[in-house]
Amino acid sequence: MGRVFFFIREGVRALRRSAAPGLASIVTVCLTVLLLGVLIPVLQTTNGKTNDVRNQVGLRVFLNPDVQVTQAQLNGTGPPTAASSGGIPPADVKALEIKLAAIPHVKAVQYVDKNQALSILSDRLKAENRADITAQLPGSHNPLPASFNVTPDDLSNLSAVRSAITPPGANGQPTPISPLISDIGDSRDDASKISGATTAIRWVLAVVSALLLVASLLLVGNTIRLSIYARRREVEVMRLVGATNWFIRWPFMVEGLVCGMVGAAIAIGFLFLGKQVIVDPLANNFNLINSGHTIGFANLALVLLCVAMGVSALGSGLTLRRFLRI
Amino acid sequence: MADADAGRLGGATRTDPLAHNFRMARRQTPELLRARPAKSQRRPDHLTEQRARPPIVEMRRVTKAYPGGHVALEHVSLRVDRGEFVFLVGPTGCGKTTLIKTLIRELQPTEGEVLIAGRDIGSLPDKKVPQLRRRIGTVFQDYKLLPSRNVYDNVAYALQVIGASRSEIRAKVPDALRLVGLADKVKNFPDQLSGGEQQRLSVARAFVNHPPLLLADEPTGNLDPNTSIGIMQVLYRINRTGTTVLVVTHDREMVDKMRRRVIALDQGRIVRDQAAGTYTPDDESTREFAARLRDEMGVDGERPSY
Repeated sequence: MGRVFFFIREGVRALRRSAAPGLASIVTVCLTVLLLGVLIPVLQTTNGKTNDVRNQVGLRVFLNPDVQVTQAQLNGTGPPTAASSGGIPPADVKALEIKLAAIPHVKAVQYVDKNQALSILSDRLKAENRADITAQLPGSHNPLPASFNVTPDDLSNLSAVRSAITPPGANGQPTPISPLISDIGDSRDDASKISGATTAIRWVLAVVSALLLVASLLLVGNTIRLSIYARRREVEVMRLVGATNWFIRWPFMVEGLVCGMVGAAIAIGFLFLGKQVIVDPLANNFNLINSGHTIGFANLALVLLCVAMGVSALGSGLTLRRFLRI
Repeated sequence: MADADAGRLGGATRTDPLAHNFRMARRQTPELLRARPAKSQRRPDHLTEQRARPPIVEMRRVTKAYPGGHVALEHVSLRVDRGEFVFLVGPTGCGKTTLIKTLIRELQPTEGEVLIAGRDIGSLPDKKVPQLRRRIGTVFQDYKLLPSRNVYDNVAYALQVIGASRSEIRAKVPDALRLVGLADKVKNFPDQLSGGEQQRLSVARAFVNHPPLLLADEPTGNLDPNTSIGIMQVLYRINRTGTTVLVVTHDREMVDKMRRRVIALDQGRIVRDQAAGTYTPDDESTREFAARLRDEMGVDGERPSY
């Protein structure tokens, strides 16, 4: 126990006696953490958004207009009479749903009945301040067909799923697997564009973040190496009087730990300030910033602090190895 | 005032035919001379027992060839008994420093064995090397002090390394500093000390553990003759406590006057090992020793106070 305090005292004393190398380490760690602290949420937001976009792309399998089965009837909670559902029994629709879900690479199948389709449309129009358009619909007439939203497990499997729903028939023309299907809507061009764009964004982000991470690790490592190099004579003397390698190493690691902690704490302070002053006021106005994909600030701060302390302590310990060879 | 002090000190010593020189010497290094640690005065009885034990240093046909082919040591065999004071002399590049480095395992010999207190240190695992170095005090030409620590802490570090308790450190460090005459400079940092003082500090650090063996590599290489005598005096005093002292030097004059065993190296071989024949009687006190050296080397005790 006395040893632990001795090592801590030694580490802190070295920092106090020669402040310049310690300060350099602190500044480097601070900048790196600042960079990471900005980068991590940005990466997460971007990645989350591209995932969102990719997930929203799916097939819309439109059914015949005379399919009037409601969502409730499909789930077996509504009145299951064929009459109330426009002549088509809910069981047929249910069967189609099961068939669609069984197609390989299909992640989800969701039934949207006529009423739901209408309310989705009017919601969207309302959001665009065009509610007057739906108001023009005559009384109870609903021109929208019921449909299935079929989501593939990955965007690249979209066309495979599509051709599974409409395999080539006897005459070579694509024929739907069920007579209930009237049409398949997809935005094929959109899908391939989105696919290409999101893939590119992912790659760019991955490369940029890898480069930044490597650069910041090298920066921290180099600063630590310089500060230890300046004291290699001291290490040599310690070895001469019979200090064991760990006896020499611990104070250096404590020093690294303290530098990492101080640097990260300063950076986290700046990040918090930036979040309060810049990001939070904007978050209310911009959907992009206010996304649920980023980790909480407290978690982010904790991760950054631990990483900074760990990296600079281990960096110090490892760099010393060169000078501790007997 | 000076006379009164001299009288007190004179009373403490035995017969002192060179009292005048002492007074001169005292003026330069009052602390050093006032210091009379009990240990240094006690002629160790164990010295005789130790003769039966293995020699403190034994080299058996040690050869060291550096990568590139330069042979620094060639079949060097020597033994140093406990309690000896040995000079290792020879021109620059003859292998003296290499020899010292093999003794503390800075270097591994290419061939042959180095035994410290009967133990082959070549077979020592790397982990045990620090333990070996704690049992050997080392003093170098360039002092090798820790620049970020003051005088006290530099000496204390050698004790902290071996896990000494704080009370032990508090007891031993002042003793060692008094021995070398730095008791009034404990708070100074190495860069605030003169060359001679830095070397004394380095001697204090080497001796604070009371190692059985003390190696000094050109301890006076950077110092003027008078300061050198002061360092030699401290080493002699340490030797009188029973510690074996091995001093590397190329200061022939100093060696000739000290009348100790001299091992001469040339081009990696031992060319002369002039043993005990010219030893001075054992009862020469540290002060007599220094005075004789000053006398014989023609160094005037008076020197400008810089």
